[in-house]
Amino acid sequence: MKPKYFAIPYVVWMAIFVVAPIIFVIVFAFTTPDGYPTLQNFAAMGRFTNIFIRSFWLAFVATAICILIGYPIAYILSREGPRLQKLMLMLIILPMWMNFLLRTYAWMSILENTGLLNRFLSFVGLPTLNIINTPTAVVIGMVYNFLPFMILPIYSVIVKIDQSLYEAAQDLGANNVTVFRKVVFPVSLPGVLSGVMMVFVPAVSTFVITQLLGGGMVMMLGDLIEMHFLGTAYNPQLGSAIALVMMFVVIIFMYLVNRFGGEEKVVTA
Amino acid sequence: MAKELIRLSKCSMAFDGDVVLDNIDLCINDKEFLTLLGPSGCGKTTTLRIIGGFLKPASGDVLFDGVRINDVPPHKRAVNTVFQKYALFTHLNVFENIAFGLRLARPGGKKLSKDEIASRVMEMLEVVSLKGFEKRDVSSLSGGQQQRVAIARALVNRPKVLLLDEPLGALDMRLRKDMQNELKQMQQATGITFIYVTHDQEEALAMSDTVVVMENGVIQQIGTPEDIYNEPENAFVADFIGESNIVDGIMLDDGLVEIFGRKFKCLDKGFKPSEPVDVVIRPEDIDIVSPEKGQLTGKVISVTFRGLMYDIIVDFNGFKWLIQTTDLSPIGTTLGIKIDPDGIHIMSKSQFSGMYGDYSSYSAEYDEISDVDYEVEIEDAEGARE
Repeated sequence: MKPKYFAIPYVVWMAIFVVAPIIFVIVFAFTTPDGYPTLQNFAAMGRFTNIFIRSFWLAFVATAICILIGYPIAYILSREGPRLQKLMLMLIILPMWMNFLLRTYAWMSILENTGLLNRFLSFVGLPTLNIINTPTAVVIGMVYNFLPFMILPIYSVIVKIDQSLYEAAQDLGANNVTVFRKVVFPVSLPGVLSGVMMVFVPAVSTFVITQLLGGGMVMMLGDLIEMHFLGTAYNPQLGSAIALVMMFVVIIFMYLVNRFGGEEKVVTA
Repeated sequence: MAKELIRLSKCSMAFDGDVVLDNIDLCINDKEFLTLLGPSGCGKTTTLRIIGGFLKPASGDVLFDGVRINDVPPHKRAVNTVFQKYALFTHLNVFENIAFGLRLARPGGKKLSKDEIASRVMEMLEVVSLKGFEKRDVSSLSGGQQQRVAIARALVNRPKVLLLDEPLGALDMRLRKDMQNELKQMQQATGITFIYVTHDQEEALAMSDTVVVMENGVIQQIGTPEDIYNEPENAFVADFIGESNIVDGIMLDDGLVEIFGRKFKCLDKGFKPSEPVDVVIRPEDIDIVSPEKGQLTGKVISVTFRGLMYDIIVDFNGFKWLIQTTDLSPIGTTLGIKIDPDGIHIMSKSQFSGMYGDYSSYSAEYDEISDVDYEVEIEDAEGARE
């Protein structure tokens, strides 16, 4: 028996649950509810432009914050002893074992106008903040949920950098800052790129976070698509068209990131 | 006259309570090719890392040109290193790898202009025979070529001292030999002091001006390759450098030693009367004669063809000797041996007496030392994170 037969279940799975839905989405996007070919679904999307812009903008902000927070964590983590590394990795992964909704509800009770944050602020005598139901709350929720997906790929690249590479750079006259700037950072870029992919793509299509933390005031593409399939504005043809355009933009974005971020390289010679 | 450049004074080092260096005193002269030689875990790499600045000795001083440099970090030392696994920057091409050090301001020096950097890198590429490779990705190079890049990357900075940590360890036999010659020539051409770490005694003998034999964190002997080979100080050095038969003897008088109850003439003097000693007899210094004429007689128990000669193991009353000869003596032959006085070397008894020099388990030992990949640098793993 040839080993490739073992791939059959996977191929069947992919065909049913990945390829077929994409075909459906494409067919829906280009047809009327009666099944006639049309482009009107795309023409009707013009009024959603601001939602498109908001989605990509918030996803971009969340991704950028994830890099700013995640990179130092990943770097510091990789330089610790093996025992502390294991413990810290556990702590980073641990929240992911809890239900996603539960975590987001927890943020609701922190960010609410009478929530933990504001109670703390007024306790220490500072003015309270109105965060809940604003884009800020949505970004906080996204960063919190997606941060591990930024940390882990960066960490896994940095931790593989051979100790001798640091020493070689020092040996050639680089101080710690230069070692980081000229060796660690460039070598870790592929990790940052995978982190960007793993954060940006789900962030663009986020929908539950926006409803819970944005209170319906901060609508994003995920909500829009959901609305057209399950919600009040039932129109799967238009929903498919939106999903298709979003996919198209994401693919172009990823292509550009990869193109200009340098290709993946092996870390050790 | 040679000028002292680096001095280690009473340097000790321990990792997790294991003593890796025990009160080392070592002086390295300017323009010298010095090799730290010893088996895995003997402290040679630790010594090199102390000189490079990657480790601080737990006690003792490191002097460079008479100045104490214990606390000077690696990037401020006029020393460059060729690392064991090359440690090339895979995100940079060959040119940028070599230019790495030049692009940084060196201690006491000013930044070089682009043209200067380019001309020095190109010059160095020629020295290591990699002209035309400057645009190549380092991961596309063969092991030997990567090695050359690593050497060029260090040498281009014109350091006072080049440290080499088993640089040829990953190369095949042929390439090793070529690189040995090239390294030696580079050292002579540049006049840079080379400190070379290896576990390969042939390499050490072939390349060095001075060999430092280490074991258990202690320097066992310092000398020229000839000294180390011909006048080993103890059984460890005798066994580690080349092949040696080491037997117990009793010094009867100046120039006369008793082995296996027979008297042998030798050239060594200055021992106490009847002092027990270790006697080293190199396998190539033993002449095979007919049993009647021999000083000792024994029986051949194993023969191995080595190309240039045969290695035969001969049993003398239970002690197995290695003899190298061009004449075939089949297994089971009884033969006599004769040893000239200059073929005998007498050593005082040491902690290593009785541990080496018997060839009862010869084949296993030979495999071990001839296997290039055998060395797994234990010290390295221990010292790396310090």
